[in-house]
Amino acid sequence: MASAGTEGTRSKLSYDWLYDPKTRGIIFQIALLAGVAALFIEIALNTAANLKAQNIATGFGFLERTSGFDIAQTLVPYSSTSTYAQVFWVGLTNTLLVAVLGIVLATILGFVIGLARLSDNWLAARLATTYVEIVRNVPLLLQLLAWYFVLLVVLPSGQNPLRLPFGIAINDRGIYLPAPIWEPGFGAVLIAAIAGIAGAVAIGIWAKRKRLATGQQVPAFWYALAAIVAPPLLVFLALGAPLSFADPHQGRFNLEGGIVLLPELLALLLGLTLYTAAFIAEIVRSGIQAVPRGQKEAAAALGLRPWQVQRLVVIPQAMRVIIPPLTNQFLNLTKNSSLAVAIAYPDLVSVFAGTVLNQTNQAVEVILITMGVYLGLSLLTALLMNWFNARMALVER
Amino acid sequence: MRPPTKFLGTVVLALMATTSAALAESRTLDDVKRHDALRCGVNIGLAGFSAPDDRGRWTGLDADFCRAVASAIFEDPNKVEFIPLSAKERFTALQSGEIDLLSRNTTWTMSRDTSQGLTFVGTTYYDGQGFMVRKALGVTSVDELAGASICMQTGTTNELNVADYFRTRGLTYNPVVFEKNEEAVAAYNLGRCDAYTTDTSGLYSQRIKLADPDENVVLEQIISKEPLGPAVRQGDDQWAKLVQWTLFAWLNAEDLGVTQSNVDETLKTGSPQVRRLLGQEGEFGKDIGLKNDWAYQVVRNVGNYGESFERNVGKGSRLNIARGYNKLWKDGGLHYAPPIR
Repeated sequence: MASAGTEGTRSKLSYDWLYDPKTRGIIFQIALLAGVAALFIEIALNTAANLKAQNIATGFGFLERTSGFDIAQTLVPYSSTSTYAQVFWVGLTNTLLVAVLGIVLATILGFVIGLARLSDNWLAARLATTYVEIVRNVPLLLQLLAWYFVLLVVLPSGQNPLRLPFGIAINDRGIYLPAPIWEPGFGAVLIAAIAGIAGAVAIGIWAKRKRLATGQQVPAFWYALAAIVAPPLLVFLALGAPLSFADPHQGRFNLEGGIVLLPELLALLLGLTLYTAAFIAEIVRSGIQAVPRGQKEAAAALGLRPWQVQRLVVIPQAMRVIIPPLTNQFLNLTKNSSLAVAIAYPDLVSVFAGTVLNQTNQAVEVILITMGVYLGLSLLTALLMNWFNARMALVER
Repeated sequence: MRPPTKFLGTVVLALMATTSAALAESRTLDDVKRHDALRCGVNIGLAGFSAPDDRGRWTGLDADFCRAVASAIFEDPNKVEFIPLSAKERFTALQSGEIDLLSRNTTWTMSRDTSQGLTFVGTTYYDGQGFMVRKALGVTSVDELAGASICMQTGTTNELNVADYFRTRGLTYNPVVFEKNEEAVAAYNLGRCDAYTTDTSGLYSQRIKLADPDENVVLEQIISKEPLGPAVRQGDDQWAKLVQWTLFAWLNAEDLGVTQSNVDETLKTGSPQVRRLLGQEGEFGKDIGLKNDWAYQVVRNVGNYGESFERNVGKGSRLNIARGYNKLWKDGGLHYAPPIR
């Protein structure tokens, strides 16, 4: 302060400008932004120059080239004469399949275990605690390998499958289900089913309005169920059952025909589900414990049955605590599915960032695309969960 | 071991190699003689090809070839300085002059032979991608594997070779592709796959690690070409010819029925071809800068090619690899050495 008095007066104006916190903040932010931008531009230019110097091909033209390799599980049409772009779609759909199934199963299992941890039943609570503590603390990769090799040991050999009713067969090459064959007229059954679902939704809306207007309870669930099941069933029978099944039959090495659930898919689902469920169980437990005890007691005092207390009072409030960390677990599961290559499941990382990268040597492009996909999937999941969270959040007036 | 000095030496020699390459012409043989030992680059440890045994002695087909060249030069198979090299180091070591000969299960390809300063002189082992199946399946050829599940490793050419092979023939198969070889073998062992595929020499060394090696069989057929052979530096033709004709003499000895045990007898009773091989007629040894009995020394000290093969990778070894493509041409194999005359 003393020095500012003697020398500062000469250039007071510039000092004012320089020491203004707001101006300084803007200057520093612009400088930082420019620095980061320069760094990224430098990285991009440097990469391009080095790739050119090493005579490594660049660009996305490789996506149009023929892949030349086969993939064990394809949800979209694919053969070894397809392009690398189609490999990408095969990998993406395989990743999505395991992520979506894993999220659904882990959520269900996680809720059950989370509730079991809070159960009054001593055995159920201890079992749930043991499960959570063991599964959470063993690396996922080891669990995946363990489940995979356990499955291979436990399942019957390829030549002696376990035959179940309805043409289902199980061996160490997978679970074989009969493949449905749509015959002419099956479209009408589908239309009837869609109409039935629309009817069920209408019944639900009607029942809610009636309840709000008159206070009368309608067994809407049973009406809706009837609306969904009856129309397609009647059409199906009326048209003379236009559907048949192709049972898997024994080939020289494997069962052939039918729909196959690969042991790699089963092991990956098992591993991801059990691992993520342990984390979800803890989230559910903490969410329910976050609901004040008074809420439960008040609900009981109003005469609600125990399950009504849970469904109508405790869980809706617990959900507000549960959903944000639950979103994290869904993202984790999706990202963890990239460990699939260790147990030969053909996911995006295995077929695209693995085989395609190896064949084309275009590491930068392939990895950029793959990272973009996981980023996109994560942002999409987060978006959906945020929307859901907003719906469940406490409405403040 | 002396890794730091060896590494330094490699670097220094790599720098020197650029300037002294022109001067090094036809000097390799003189260098070897002055050093009084052949400096031979081998694999750090590949059972059957080059690996130290329980007494620390280098054994294997590749190691035997080093001994054969040393015998031809020094009449002593022990004048070899084995220098174990990783796959990454091997070409630099040869280019820089750290070794005189590379005998390290190296595939002979065009780019290596033309643009990396190496000259391949022949093939000591015809390798290629093969398949291992359980004996009980009764499969004898790759085409019979149509519809089978095949375990393999990702990031290799194996994956593409299999796809090409089956696609060309309009056959289908179920690939089970693992990140690591260990898991691919374990899954095959547990019955997940009907077949496991990698390079044939790898199949044999994996097989002896399986729970029941005798219940598994490696198909003779291969679906890709991996000729493994010795290489020397480019630019010294005399040295290249010396190494090349040592290999040919090794093969010709088997062709003519000259073995380690009967070589002294055949000296007296040999046919004209045998007499030329063993140096009793002509001046073939002198023309490559050696003594006339160079090939006699090779057979006496190391045996012929077939003996070395059976001892190291064939029936006399744990690997028990069938000769297959590595038979002489007259037995249905690919080994065909030009005649010595």
